[in-house]
Amino acid sequence: MGGFSYAAPGSVDEVVTLLGEHARAGRRAQVLAGGTDLLVQMRGVDRTPRTIVDIKGVAETGTLRLDGAEIFIGAAIPSAVLNDHAELAALFPGLLESADLIGSTQIQGRASLGGNLCNASPAGDTIPALIATGARTVIAGPAGRRELPVEDFVVGVGRNALAAGEFLVGLKLARPAPGTADAYLRFTPRTEMDIAVAGCGVSVTLDTNGVCTAARIGIGAVAPRALLVPAAGQALVGTRIDDAALAAAGAACSAAASPITDKRGTADYRRTIIAVLCRRAAATARDRARGAGA
Amino acid sequence: MSEAIDYKVIGTSPIRPDGVDKVTGRAQYGADLNLPNQIYGKVLRSPHAHARILGIDTSRARAMPGVFAVITGADFPESERGAIGGEGGGDVSDLAKNIMARDKVLYHGHAVAAVAASSQSVAEAALAAIEVRYEVLPPVLDLLSAMQPDAPLLDPNCFTKNLPEKPERPSNIAAVMKLGRGNVDEGFAQADVIVEGEYRIPMAHQGYIEPHACVASANEQGQTTVWCCTQGHFEFRAMTAKVLRMNIADLKFIASEIGGGFGGKTVVYLEPLAVLLSRKARRPVKMMMTREEVFRATGPTSGAICRIRLGARRDGTFTAASAWLAYEAGAYAGAPMGPGAMTVFAPYVLEHFQVEAFDVLVNKPKVAAYRAPGAPQSMYAMECAIDELSIRLGIDPIDLRLKNAAEAGTQAPYGPKFPPIGLKACLEAARVHPNYTRPVPAGAGRGVAVGFWFNVGMQSSAEVHINENGTVTLVEGSPDIGGSRASMCMMAAETLGVPYEQIRALIGDTESTGFSNVTGGSRTTFATGMAVVRACEDIIAQCKARAAATWGVDADQVLWEDGRAIPAPGVNAELKPLSLAEIAGNAARTGGPLLGRASLNAQGAGAGFSVNFADLAVDRETGKVDVLAFTAIQDAGKAIHRAYVEGQIQGGAAQGLGWALNEEYIYDEQGVMQNAGFLDYRIPVASDLPMIDTQIIEVPNPSHPFGVRGVGETPIVAPLAAAANAVARATGVRIHDLPLAPPRVLAALEAAGG
Amino acid sequence: MNKIQIETAINGEVVEFLCEPQQSLLEVLRETLGRTGTKEGCATGDCGACSVLMDGRLVCACLVLAAETGGHAITTIEGIATDAGLHPIQQKFLEHAALQCGICTPGLIVATKALLEKHPEPDETTIRYWLAGNLCRCTGYDKIIRAVQDAARELAHPA
Repeated sequence: MGGFSYAAPGSVDEVVTLLGEHARAGRRAQVLAGGTDLLVQMRGVDRTPRTIVDIKGVAETGTLRLDGAEIFIGAAIPSAVLNDHAELAALFPGLLESADLIGSTQIQGRASLGGNLCNASPAGDTIPALIATGARTVIAGPAGRRELPVEDFVVGVGRNALAAGEFLVGLKLARPAPGTADAYLRFTPRTEMDIAVAGCGVSVTLDTNGVCTAARIGIGAVAPRALLVPAAGQALVGTRIDDAALAAAGAACSAAASPITDKRGTADYRRTIIAVLCRRAAATARDRARGAGA
Repeated sequence: MSEAIDYKVIGTSPIRPDGVDKVTGRAQYGADLNLPNQIYGKVLRSPHAHARILGIDTSRARAMPGVFAVITGADFPESERGAIGGEGGGDVSDLAKNIMARDKVLYHGHAVAAVAASSQSVAEAALAAIEVRYEVLPPVLDLLSAMQPDAPLLDPNCFTKNLPEKPERPSNIAAVMKLGRGNVDEGFAQADVIVEGEYRIPMAHQGYIEPHACVASANEQGQTTVWCCTQGHFEFRAMTAKVLRMNIADLKFIASEIGGGFGGKTVVYLEPLAVLLSRKARRPVKMMMTREEVFRATGPTSGAICRIRLGARRDGTFTAASAWLAYEAGAYAGAPMGPGAMTVFAPYVLEHFQVEAFDVLVNKPKVAAYRAPGAPQSMYAMECAIDELSIRLGIDPIDLRLKNAAEAGTQAPYGPKFPPIGLKACLEAARVHPNYTRPVPAGAGRGVAVGFWFNVGMQSSAEVHINENGTVTLVEGSPDIGGSRASMCMMAAETLGVPYEQIRALIGDTESTGFSNVTGGSRTTFATGMAVVRACEDIIAQCKARAAATWGVDADQVLWEDGRAIPAPGVNAELKPLSLAEIAGNAARTGGPLLGRASLNAQGAGAGFSVNFADLAVDRETGKVDVLAFTAIQDAGKAIHRAYVEGQIQGGAAQGLGWALNEEYIYDEQGVMQNAGFLDYRIPVASDLPMIDTQIIEVPNPSHPFGVRGVGETPIVAPLAAAANAVARATGVRIHDLPLAPPRVLAALEAAGG
Repeated sequence: MNKIQIETAINGEVVEFLCEPQQSLLEVLRETLGRTGTKEGCATGDCGACSVLMDGRLVCACLVLAAETGGHAITTIEGIATDAGLHPIQQKFLEHAALQCGICTPGLIVATKALLEKHPEPDETTIRYWLAGNLCRCTGYDKIIRAVQDAARELAHPA
């Protein structure tokens, strides 16, 4: 009975030390950022005692840096803070669309990109959007720091690439090239308060003639983990993202999907609508890119 | 009863007397009471949908520090059989087994043991230490499979009731019911057009936001007080007494504020467990359900399969109709098939009809009442069939219904002739409503449906105390779920002729006021309101007598007007009117305190009809349905508090739309509900709905002093078909099964050729 | 039991309490501190009945660990009215009959306060999406939306 404890270390090193001690002692420790998944799991499917390691006291996890060529988003920043950030919204409207879809206003007051990513739900809204932007994870651990592309960070349902003693400090995103814009769309039966039945993040770069020179498309809730779909991006490159290109990209998403049937939708349904979402999100990203210096 | 009556208070929308406490967090709901020395009770629930209990070992839990009591089915007395009474129906022994399983568990989440411990976390650990051995049995989940003769049986002693002869073999069909008139073969032979279809409506939950909760405190003599959120504390007292074989006099029930019920808080779940635990622990025991427990282990309403056949002449006149209705009862008998059968054709004139209905056991939670229980399912099917007929015949759906609408004098399918009713008035209002005459938005469809509920009367008590300064305290026994204190105070103000602000209403506990049935059946404003009016009339008679004594005239020479006793015309004109305050202030010298009272078993609850129409748009690529506009027109008889009548209509519309579009119990093959939470049991959120326009029709109910008809339940009935009919008209594709969730809609569109 | 001592500010009052590491702010508010105005509808962040402000930001008290609240400022429904009386949002909820059973009302009022501080003159869509995390099963939301609109008008343009 009991066996829960709570710790709030003040630095990256302290977090790593604490996690390492637990790993060596065979005691369970779990990192807490916003807690909007963790607390629900602790009360439901996963009640086993553990040490809760609150990383919100670590300055870097709450840091948002937009001054350099690389943007850094601390892992524990609530999505509400990101949503209110006009400059970030101008750079990554699609990523913020995805952050704005994590649960309710209340949830957004707590939930973070880092938590959404580490929770590694196949349906996590920000993951396909992060994949589309080409974001990289910044991981701290006993051996120092390492970086991984988001699409390689999530390895399965509820599983991420963090090794024992490691935790996610934040995300790095390259400043978008001129003519670049992103968009995220998901499908849910209700307008709000739902888990994605399918979700699609798209980032496109257009040249001054409106021709697509680069595209990244991430899909969620249609496979055990969010996926980068290179074929879908390639379907747009070299086109003006016309209807034919959109259809081809959508078809590539459907082909890449390996969905399941569950309470939220059937496999067939998911395979069908991921193409619809891809077409619609890509069209939105294209229209934004045209307005973004293309 | 005249519509020309010029009321001062009735028909306005004053602020409710309990309002400030509810917007500041002061009001105490079921889980808000904490008593000194209190401990926490929790329930261990079955992980299987159908299993025999082979043994329960509670020894490890009992030995844990901080654990004060552990109970299982063995701690309950052998219960008697017999009707529970009240709105829900069912049998006492089934109720007893439903709240704590004995030899078998019949649904995933069925209670098998309970503990009381010093904290919630200790209680949870104790539950984990209880070992239950089960023999798992195949679950019966599908309605039609359950009805097959070779289906696994939930109860080997269940023999179908109401058959001409007792059947030889037990069955999951607990009861059947037949209803009919005329000769349907003859009626269908007269038809130019016949439509028929099978419609499936899923099991759905009331979804009240407040989980069930209570605190029980038993003393060493057995005298026990229970605080709980309930729609009827007197009926909860009776059920608890029956289940535990206690003397009613030893049980005091205090109704807390209640955070929604919709029928779901008309039966006990936790209360008898808390009483037993408190008795064993000799401490107050608080029990609170989690949201998951509410979904898994309280009574939702039945899933149903409804087959309708409807015939009509080319001019739209219905010639015959038949219905085959199967309702899921859940684990124990008592599905609302009766009201389902009685409502299905109630709005229409039908010379020839027949209805066959079935109450079917399945390994799901025992259903409970949910707003017009049984009617939304059967009437959904009928109102869809009428829409199909309307399309086939090319007749406007409102005109078609008007042509066949019941009115005063029409013999209702369930027996009596209707007194004055408002169906035609609602339909006429709909036909000219600006929301109906305006064009349908591009890409959308407009669906129409009619709703109906009988409404009930039943027993109520009320007392009126006149305080020494002339202010008024009402005491009644109907828990206030939606503003009924306000309507009671308004009816008292109107009757007594005093300002609304001078009246306060109190919901008495079972020891401080007379018996009242549940707040349910849309009965409170009607029946308890009638008791309040009668109690006020009692006070007026007493005040007139006091004034007569003061003035030295006969009581019949005193009139009551505007809250004052005045001498009748022709009596001594010198006499100065006596206000209620003056009479009350002088009460000690005229006979003592002024106390009026009334109790009654109200008769003549007027039937409630409604017409809804809705504009819905369908995304043809995803199957997503959006509600663009919704209009609900309903006969309230007389709206006492207009805003709360509108609120009932709007809330019912939202619940009906939720059921139509997304709400359903989703089970896996083992009978485990897959969506036992508000994340995946998708009740409408604010951004899912438009404003819900209402129009109140007032065809007075002659049986009520102000003409009131119940308004609470009718509003949920019509939205299901209004939504489905709108989708059918938007897409040209008729989908029979609810909910109209995107995968189902998209599949139907694709099957119809995109 | 491995209890933690926490000092926080609730509605401006410094409050000390002991909690278990896994206990939510909601459980401590209700069961330990007697602040039962904040309601539990689901305890999983899906209904908004336990909405409170933490350092001014709208959150569900069920998804905050009590242990995390040390040094932070919590505002609950009990802290919305002032010495001057009801807050205009509370008054408008009453006037518009925006509550029936009232269990969702404390959460809705706290959420509305956060909304109007950020968007003083929100349109209907903004209101509906902001409040999408506050489930109400009684009203169909119509009268709630109207109460919020009216409160916004009153706060933006006091009579």
